[in-house]
Amino acid sequence: MSENHTSTEMMTVAASRALKSSDVCFVGIGMPSAACNLARLTHAPEITLIYESGTIGTKPSVLPLSIGDGELCDTALCTVSVPEMFRYWLQGGRITVGFLGGAQIDRFANLNTTVVGSYDKPKVRLPGGGGAPEIAISCGEIFIIMTQTRRGFVDKLDFITSIGHGEGGDHRARLGVTTKGPTRLITDLCVFAPDPETKEMTVVSIHPGVTRDQIDGNTGWKVKYARDVATTPVPDPHELAALREIHARTRRAHGDQA
Amino acid sequence: MSEFMSLAAAVEANVRDGDTVAMEGFTHLIPHAAGHEVIRQRRKRLTLIRMTPDLIYDQLIGMGCVDKVVFSWCGNPGVGSLHRMRDAIENAWPQPLAYEEHSHAAMANAYEAGAAGLPFAVFRGYIGVDLPKVNPTISSVTCPYTGEKLATVPAIRPDVAIIHALRADRAGNVLLEGIVGVQKQAVLAAKRAIVTVEEIVEDFGPRSPNLVILPSWTISAVAEVPGGAHPSYAHGYYKRDNAYYKRWDEISRDRDGFLAWMKANVLQRGPEVFAAERKRLATAGSAP
Repeated sequence: MSENHTSTEMMTVAASRALKSSDVCFVGIGMPSAACNLARLTHAPEITLIYESGTIGTKPSVLPLSIGDGELCDTALCTVSVPEMFRYWLQGGRITVGFLGGAQIDRFANLNTTVVGSYDKPKVRLPGGGGAPEIAISCGEIFIIMTQTRRGFVDKLDFITSIGHGEGGDHRARLGVTTKGPTRLITDLCVFAPDPETKEMTVVSIHPGVTRDQIDGNTGWKVKYARDVATTPVPDPHELAALREIHARTRRAHGDQA
Repeated sequence: MSEFMSLAAAVEANVRDGDTVAMEGFTHLIPHAAGHEVIRQRRKRLTLIRMTPDLIYDQLIGMGCVDKVVFSWCGNPGVGSLHRMRDAIENAWPQPLAYEEHSHAAMANAYEAGAAGLPFAVFRGYIGVDLPKVNPTISSVTCPYTGEKLATVPAIRPDVAIIHALRADRAGNVLLEGIVGVQKQAVLAAKRAIVTVEEIVEDFGPRSPNLVILPSWTISAVAEVPGGAHPSYAHGYYKRDNAYYKRWDEISRDRDGFLAWMKANVLQRGPEVFAAERKRLATAGSAP
């Protein structure tokens, strides 16, 4: 690991690079929000960021704590009602990328944010799906950002909150879903992309200093690697400065150690 | 026509034991003061509906007012779990909590169907996921024109909707803007509606013709409660008290600590504490 950046910074920068200026992106709160705003502040200044609270084309100067902070509305091109957001903009097919996180993920990038354990007698009750079940099928493609651990990267999900590639192969298409689903999974160790045939998430790029043993040790299934695995380019000074500045502004604005 | 009332009288007149109540607000304009009044009046056996149950539902659940929650995302936004709601689901404290879980799209559509007087909502959703296996209210129809199978959920028709708005005029019409969530739909879907407002003005004055305005005749009661959305925020009045959301994580972790806090800050207080918070945040909120 480089001494110049943390593994979380590497993950956020790698995730931000997946976005383009031409994207219309439905942004999840937390790590997705940091990555999307970093993209906007660096290589993708024209990107349209949309939060499910109804804010369209928002340009927050600090990262929101919640999905509906006033900052999102104050800096948005416009703000619509929540039913309009889900009906016209998401279901209407106007969003190119949905950026999600999750508590648990499987090899086909299905996500669980609902329960650990059984649904009726959960060991841990998680927040639930929110917008994710429909984001996962209605956005052109899905990027996922998650810290890679054995607890989170599991062989079998306790609950499928939102679909990735389902059981793999052409499962999405068989269910009548026409969008691409997860095309990138960015972690603090590496970047996965779906195998063109099986749709299993496959390592295509490893962050500098990370070993395959580390990746295998933090994954609950036997990880597949692409034939040619790249080394993720390290964050450049401009990206790191922009990321640290927005975090510093956020801490000042929230008045604490957020 | 809406009646101007004190918050206590509005809750007394409109919220009954066993009611289905939707206190809506999507991060913005969450009716905290009204929720506290429901707790003070010791309402029981409520079914609470909300897309994003957060602190106020955590408090109602922890105080034993609630039998069932209908929701699509439960949490302390950006902070973590709702400890009281989790304690009720995982350990049945202070009583068992039933829940009916949806996605945001399903609930947004269900509110809209309720407002539109339709029996159910139809949308493209719930594909390849487990919620339909555990929530029997989720069903489907086949489109008669294209053959596409689409998801359905029953319309939401609450006994009472409770929302916080920015202003009411002297005629009892109410105005909101900013992140408007599903509040208009919730009010129009409900049999009765209570609206708390930041202030009552003579007249709304010059304004965009497309603001969200709920006419007086769609509302049962209006109560002026400055700061009534705290610790959420009111567009143009005060900012979200993010520090409070973080403190709640500590306050709510422990049952005794929670009960002591509720006694000191809710049961033994009244809606006037919200005005003090508004004043504090309006002063502190000048820094960007």
